[in-house]
Amino acid sequence: MSEPVDLVVVGAGPAGMTAAATALAGGLRVVLLDSGTALGGQYWRHPPEHARAAVPTDDLHHGLGRYRALCRALAAHRSAGRLDLRLAHHAWSAVREGDGFAVHVVDRRDAPRETAAVLRAPRLLVATGAYDRQLPFPGWDLPGVLTAGGLQALLKGGGVAAGSRVALGGTGPFLLPVAAGLAARGVEVVAVCEAAHPRAWLRHPGPLLRNPGKWAEGASYAATLARHRVPVRPRTAIVAAEGGARVTAVRLAPLAPDGSPRPGTERRVEVDAVGVGWGFAPQLDLLVPLGCALTESADGNAVAAVDAGQRTTVPGLYTAGETCGVGGAALAVHEGRLAAWSVLADSGAAAPAPANRARTAVRSAVARQRAFARAMALAHPVPRAWPAWLTDETVVCRCEEVTAGAVRTARADGAHDHRQVKQLTRAGMGWCQGRMCGPAVHCLTARGRAYEPAERLVATPVTLGALAGLDEEPTDNAEPDKECS
Amino acid sequence: MSEIVVDGDPLPFVEGQTVAAALVAAGRVAWRTTRVGRRPRGVFCGIGVCFDCLVTVDGARGQRACLLPARPGMTVTTREDDDE
Amino acid sequence: MTLKVVVVGAGVVGAACAFHAASAGLDVTVVDRGPVGAGTTSRGEGNVLLSDKEPGPELALARLSRTLWDEAGRELGADTLELEPKGGLVVASTDESLAALREFAARQEAAGVRAEPVDRVRDLEPHLAPGIPGGVHYPQDAQVQPVLAAAALLRAAVRRGARFHTGEVVGALTTRDGDRTPLGPTPLGPTSHGPTSHGPTSHGPAPVGPVPEGPVPGGRITGVRTAAGEVLPADAVVNAAGTWGGEVGRRLGAPVEVLPRRGFVLVTEPLPPMVRHKVYSADYVANVASSDAGLETSCVVEGTRGGTILVGASRERVGFDTTLNTAVVARLAAQACRLFPFLRGVHLMRAYRGFRPYCPDHLPVIGPDPRVPGVVHACGHEGAGIGLAPGTGALVTAHLLGRPWRDADPAAHTGLLPDRFLTPGGAPQ
Repeated sequence: MSEPVDLVVVGAGPAGMTAAATALAGGLRVVLLDSGTALGGQYWRHPPEHARAAVPTDDLHHGLGRYRALCRALAAHRSAGRLDLRLAHHAWSAVREGDGFAVHVVDRRDAPRETAAVLRAPRLLVATGAYDRQLPFPGWDLPGVLTAGGLQALLKGGGVAAGSRVALGGTGPFLLPVAAGLAARGVEVVAVCEAAHPRAWLRHPGPLLRNPGKWAEGASYAATLARHRVPVRPRTAIVAAEGGARVTAVRLAPLAPDGSPRPGTERRVEVDAVGVGWGFAPQLDLLVPLGCALTESADGNAVAAVDAGQRTTVPGLYTAGETCGVGGAALAVHEGRLAAWSVLADSGAAAPAPANRARTAVRSAVARQRAFARAMALAHPVPRAWPAWLTDETVVCRCEEVTAGAVRTARADGAHDHRQVKQLTRAGMGWCQGRMCGPAVHCLTARGRAYEPAERLVATPVTLGALAGLDEEPTDNAEPDKECS
Repeated sequence: MSEIVVDGDPLPFVEGQTVAAALVAAGRVAWRTTRVGRRPRGVFCGIGVCFDCLVTVDGARGQRACLLPARPGMTVTTREDDDE
Repeated sequence: MTLKVVVVGAGVVGAACAFHAASAGLDVTVVDRGPVGAGTTSRGEGNVLLSDKEPGPELALARLSRTLWDEAGRELGADTLELEPKGGLVVASTDESLAALREFAARQEAAGVRAEPVDRVRDLEPHLAPGIPGGVHYPQDAQVQPVLAAAALLRAAVRRGARFHTGEVVGALTTRDGDRTPLGPTPLGPTSHGPTSHGPTSHGPAPVGPVPEGPVPGGRITGVRTAAGEVLPADAVVNAAGTWGGEVGRRLGAPVEVLPRRGFVLVTEPLPPMVRHKVYSADYVANVASSDAGLETSCVVEGTRGGTILVGASRERVGFDTTLNTAVVARLAAQACRLFPFLRGVHLMRAYRGFRPYCPDHLPVIGPDPRVPGVVHACGHEGAGIGLAPGTGALVTAHLLGRPWRDADPAAHTGLLPDRFLTPGGAPQ
């Protein structure tokens, strides 16, 4: 695409797809990039388009009608030459440059070969979503223990179940679709351990009653679980995993009101795979170094602060979806639309502004669903006393193999946040840069404050060779994607 | 069905699967050992965030198996390369 | 009566000052608005270098400091500092630069540095690119893990009676304003680690605190005031605030010109040991002393105990701008790959940025300030603060004691005194 681009959208999940489609419909030229090989992000994760016949996953999805409509719209804009779609492109840095932004990417369509490129536009929309929030427990690093999202991704993206007898644990409504998906593929789900109290939702009934669509989705999962006789155990946690070369059993414990395991009540259940997740941590890596202000979300995460039009505090920088508060795909779609409307308005695009009625409807849907997300977050907190199930030997930082005992020692030495613990113990200095252990180390040192991830100037690893190429022969816009989406 | 080569042995995969999905489909959930404790590791987050599933592919080290689409003939090495 | 010393700054230099002053029996309080080693200390590679210093005042301090790092290693345990006497290897890419390097090394050798010419550099570093005509091996070059080292020095100081106080110094008290402030042994404020801001030190510039009331000129210092309104009494105040030393000096009534120079360091994925020494190209020597504006890069490549390889170090004078300069990253990557071709396939995992404190003549400023009796500066170390920290701590202690301390003799380091920036009347030049 030779003409200048008006907007770069990073992330092609529900928020990014909607934002790109809306901005394109308003007449803008857009680059949409995603690290995945298909449109959809995590929620609508699909195998690459050419392989969908071989790996059928439609029955695992919700809202596919909307997904397909977005795919069609984006394909049309692409044929018209106004959308530059970059799949398998990983953004490792976004920086301000003049009046706009430069997004530094590595093109991995021909992986493992990497080519560095730079995408520039006056406006940038970050819709990078979230990943599972983890709490360590003894044995959580055994093979066969996965994040709940990891089980889901293998299922949706590759049609593969990671085990035949699976226990799920953690907290939050996401455990239910994972259980339902596994059960639908013939996996024996031996327990869904939900740490929260089943009546916790009732403390905030208003937002629940005002979101009937969420009930319908929940009811369909419940029906699937009932059909497959999957036991859901409230106020219960997976407090340990056992095994050697692979997990062979989990220990389940009912939880006291503070979240500590009730002594003497543990049950051992044999499994060959485990899925765990304690809500989500938003993916803020591109946003934090750009200097956008963060705010505290009800789930304990710091999230990007946005105005009613999804503008961050950095001019020209917008964000939508989980990055400004974990709330699910339906909310992300609405936020994506709001963000694109703001981009259109701020760019002085010729397109007529959306009708007031449409704008009001989306804004009220966003308000309603944010209230729902907040109620969910308050009903599914990280249990206060979860560190009770750690031993001193439990690995907290999986990459650098830093134990809970080492973290406690650092804390005793005066480290009072995860950055200090990192400097003293190497927890968070490894390959994942604290994405897995950061929230847990934060809980162990600085409870009560929102978790603000470390600033990561490099958002995803990139080879020095690819970077050197950038210095040796500056290639601005590498070839756009020619394959189908 | 196509094949990749993992540590010298052929491994079948379905077009569209990642290297990790192909390994898991074959019943393997661990294929790497950690540097310090020599602990077995494989797929954990499944979405490219945790870096537990690293493999060497066609000589390129540090590849996340969960992100990398399997391609026929691809050579995957899982053991730690101590003497590169 | 024991001299009461307040050390402003808990970076590696402040920690070393506290360690030596407490070891000498002085009553030491370290004050910092953040935790230990959270500023520039946490942004360095941990260089303890002689190889990059030309004969002169900095090299003299570096030689002293190198000995004191070994001593600290013996006292505190080399492991607690991750002190590694790995040696440095400076390589030249052309015959001309090799000749210049050898000439430079000969002068260093005359000044007491061990410098060994090497023809076959790949005998020392097998993964270096072929075709490098030669280099110089500096066996005394070493590395520490800066935050661990700072924490260990501060812990040892506390064991010797020092206190660590969290707070931000906003001003000084002097004998001339004694009427307004109680003199003598005032009880210290709370010394527990209160809540501290965790943002500024890790994200860049300090928020400028309340505008301080400047002390009346001519008065001897009697203490410092913090933003929380506490008064820490002091007979002497050490300005070890690193990059923020200029601002702290101003608040103490003794301004010194310390400016930030931005640097980026790249960190790779962990690997089996591939690089044994600190390896750098001979151009680095020219860059460190450079006064040119804008960007300079000449890469230094080294392995760490964690298995990562560090690639440093760029130098830019851009104030406290925190933006990642991707052109700098690309340039460093390209230079590193030219030295070690295997790095082309190695991933950059992380980059960190720091703001090195530099004085206009690129020498640290260490010693008593003639304008405010009791103020002792110990800042402006630029990229050498880790290496020079123990020497600085010993030298500051010697100044406080008025006699040599652990081979640090103030008379031997007069080139670092703040006087060099002042006219004979005491005004900044």
